[in-house]
Amino acid sequence: MITLKNRPSDKTRFYQWQDKVFKYFALCCTLIGLFVLALLLYNILSVGLHRLDWNFLNSTSSQRASNAGIKSAMVGTVYIALYTSLFALPIGISAAIYLEEYAGKNKFTNFLEVNIANLAGVPSVIYGLLGLEVFSRIMMLKNSILTGSLTLALLILPIIIVSTREALKSVPYSLREASYALGASKWQTIWHQVLPASSGGIFTGIILALSRAIGETAPLIVIGAVVFIKTVPNSIMDKFTVLPIQIFHWISQPQKAFAANAAAGIIVLLLITFLLNGIAVYLRYRWQKKIKW
Amino acid sequence: MSQKIEVKNANVYYGMEHALINVSMNIKANTVTALIGPSGCGKSTFLRLFNRMNDLIENCRVEGQILVDGQDIYNPKVNVNELRKSIGMVFQKPNPFPKSIYENVAYGLKVNGIKDKRLIEEKVEQSLKQAALWDEVKDKLKKSALALSGGQQQRLCIARALAVSPSVLLMDEPASALDPISTMKIEELIFNLKSSYTILIVTHNMQQATRTSDKTAFFYMGELVEYDDTRTLFTNPKFERTQNYITGRFG
Repeated sequence: MITLKNRPSDKTRFYQWQDKVFKYFALCCTLIGLFVLALLLYNILSVGLHRLDWNFLNSTSSQRASNAGIKSAMVGTVYIALYTSLFALPIGISAAIYLEEYAGKNKFTNFLEVNIANLAGVPSVIYGLLGLEVFSRIMMLKNSILTGSLTLALLILPIIIVSTREALKSVPYSLREASYALGASKWQTIWHQVLPASSGGIFTGIILALSRAIGETAPLIVIGAVVFIKTVPNSIMDKFTVLPIQIFHWISQPQKAFAANAAAGIIVLLLITFLLNGIAVYLRYRWQKKIKW
Repeated sequence: MSQKIEVKNANVYYGMEHALINVSMNIKANTVTALIGPSGCGKSTFLRLFNRMNDLIENCRVEGQILVDGQDIYNPKVNVNELRKSIGMVFQKPNPFPKSIYENVAYGLKVNGIKDKRLIEEKVEQSLKQAALWDEVKDKLKKSALALSGGQQQRLCIARALAVSPSVLLMDEPASALDPISTMKIEELIFNLKSSYTILIVTHNMQQATRTSDKTAFFYMGELVEYDDTRTLFTNPKFERTQNYITGRFG
């Protein structure tokens, strides 16, 4: 026989009160992030939206704020994103496949794993110094798109390796077993079964890594990306600038008009990043819908 | 009838663990052999000897001789991928590939280098018919295999194994995850496949062993305790341990 009291004990009431307090505290914490984002968006939209027109998108650097645009920076960003993925993806995915599928469990692979995890935590400016010394000076590639994309490729390599490994790990062993039992080789099993089954997770990792690369400023400043550029790069050996650097440059100008340019540039950069993140979310959603274990 | 499979003093070790102890057994072609015993007794390890799936487990060591059609399958010259083509396997949990029904059955042929589309189509149809699944799926071959029911998925896995034309079929508790009707269908299937294949089936279900098999092997703690005609083993076992297990006193 249970007894239901109308008035709960003091202890019970205290716990219920505690529950409520924590709920609202957690809600406030969630809202802080959103509030800051909203403030930021409001700020840049009010300052920069009026500057965002075809002229702005289609002009290069200029000493006069009203003539300056982001064409060179946008083309530079596209080039950098393209070549960075060209270098980082094959190497990163192959390395992840090796570590996850081929490498046994021993001291050497353990050593590799720990160091890749460490690399993911190295500050990006250090990668810039590495790129400056190795690619720019020793290999004499100067401050070209090639140097920039090689440097950023190194930067996102550990991220791609780690996220690809997680995606490969999520493929159940029974799937591999079924493939081996039919006489498939290891590579056939990876190529026909494991990679397609994990492609959603791999893509998500790639796109998040790429949006990180697109937003990087420090390593590119270190390797000597230019800030004032009248030309649009059209070869991999050309000097270049990217959106974050262009924005950084405009903000450091004393004239107020450049602040509007910077805000407009931020809007474009945010749009690109949101777009990439949107693609990542969509791919993950499709992957989860398509494949049920 | 000649012996299809001969096992001579097989021992399997997982690291320090002695999982299969000195097992010898002969199996005739076109028979069904049931492997029974409590969990961890070594019956699945024994089953996986024949398509060398134990090779995939680290620290696993196999000793002794295993002959299929008179050939030692653990000879270093044997190509494991070729071996697995002639010895098919069906797993406990249905594990279709997350692809279409058609692609599931065609996969084994494709990875073995067969490109002729007509040949593949014929083989897919033939295998699905053999697995008694054709009538249920012939209109939706391009649909995802994951949309099928558990019983259908398991018959698809059997069709997938049959497509590469094995002569031996290994089944690791093929009906343990299925409902009674699907189980019945699988058992009927086993009976029909016997004329063309030599079948080994691991099962925890005594009735299933008596219904489907010609011979039964009882394993206990890594040893083969008793191996005899199914009827003899279930009605008149020689050893008390077998008697205790089949009457449900333990295990």
